[in-house]
Amino acid sequence: MEKERHVLVVFPHPDDEAFGVSGTIATHIKNGTPVTYACLTLGEMGRNMGNPPFTNRENLPKIRKAELKEAARALGIQDLRMLGYRDKTVEFEDEEKLADVMSGLIDELNPSLIITFYPGYAVHPDHDATGAAVVRAAARLPEAARPTLHCVAFSNDCIEKLGEADIINDITPVAEKKLAAIKAHRSQTEQMFADVSEKLKNQDPQIMVWINNERFWTYKFD
Amino acid sequence: MELVNTKQVQEAINSFVNKEVYIHLETTNGAYASHRNQSFFSAGAYIRNAKVQYEIGKITGKGPYRVGLKINLGWIYAEGITHFEIDELGRLLLAGHDNEGKLAVALEISPTPFE
Repeated sequence: MEKERHVLVVFPHPDDEAFGVSGTIATHIKNGTPVTYACLTLGEMGRNMGNPPFTNRENLPKIRKAELKEAARALGIQDLRMLGYRDKTVEFEDEEKLADVMSGLIDELNPSLIITFYPGYAVHPDHDATGAAVVRAAARLPEAARPTLHCVAFSNDCIEKLGEADIINDITPVAEKKLAAIKAHRSQTEQMFADVSEKLKNQDPQIMVWINNERFWTYKFD
Repeated sequence: MELVNTKQVQEAINSFVNKEVYIHLETTNGAYASHRNQSFFSAGAYIRNAKVQYEIGKITGKGPYRVGLKINLGWIYAEGITHFEIDELGRLLLAGHDNEGKLAVALEISPTPFE
């Protein structure tokens, strides 16, 4: 992984960083690179309430905010920004204004690398809208001044349309930190963890490949 | 939240009759339903902080339950309600959870605006 000046991570939901990106974040932090994580919402519309329910619609955001802070702590993120948007409404915001917020972050932090979702290939409307706002902001800069964009894509057609990911980060050295970050988002991941805990214990090869490799597509501006 | 107790829920609904209240109503299959199953038709609706007054409100059915509110010019209803809670702000929170504990519907009535 190349040494970066500053890494800016922009995602709409607490836990969006957990599965596909947290090992990359932990690696940059280990390399001494400052990482800013801007999280647009508190995942207010999460559906996982438990059976029997452990929370309700109105309390879930408080739980997820605490989990987000804990995940950031586990990864060593010093600069966590919660931008105050509402889950599932990002795509309905004014696109220019949303891009202005991203431009503000870019101007302030001068990141050499931004990690976000690949617009159009990230399934959830908030993911696509967030990625689109980052792309719009980056495109405002002259080409030479643009940070590199590494995008997460996982739509069913992403490989067909984008080709294979061009960046694959092996995060094995920081896998423990990644697992801690995933675990921190307990309201969202506890059930999934119960399903794979046996495989993790046995170092099941398929699970380890899934955990230890993080894939990104470099965004191509045209 | 607890499993619906129709007597307690009905009493809470009655306590708001003819008062100005704020409504949160949502139904959802989750944002990933059509990603996981491409033949699945995903639909949902959401309204937060609708200010209304209702003259009649009822919880009906044998569980999962239905809740209907007759408002001045129309209606509000939800079906699939399984759980309820009256929270520290005096709000009546109603929700329907599927077998995996995932929220599928929520109807909430509050004397003050939702955050």
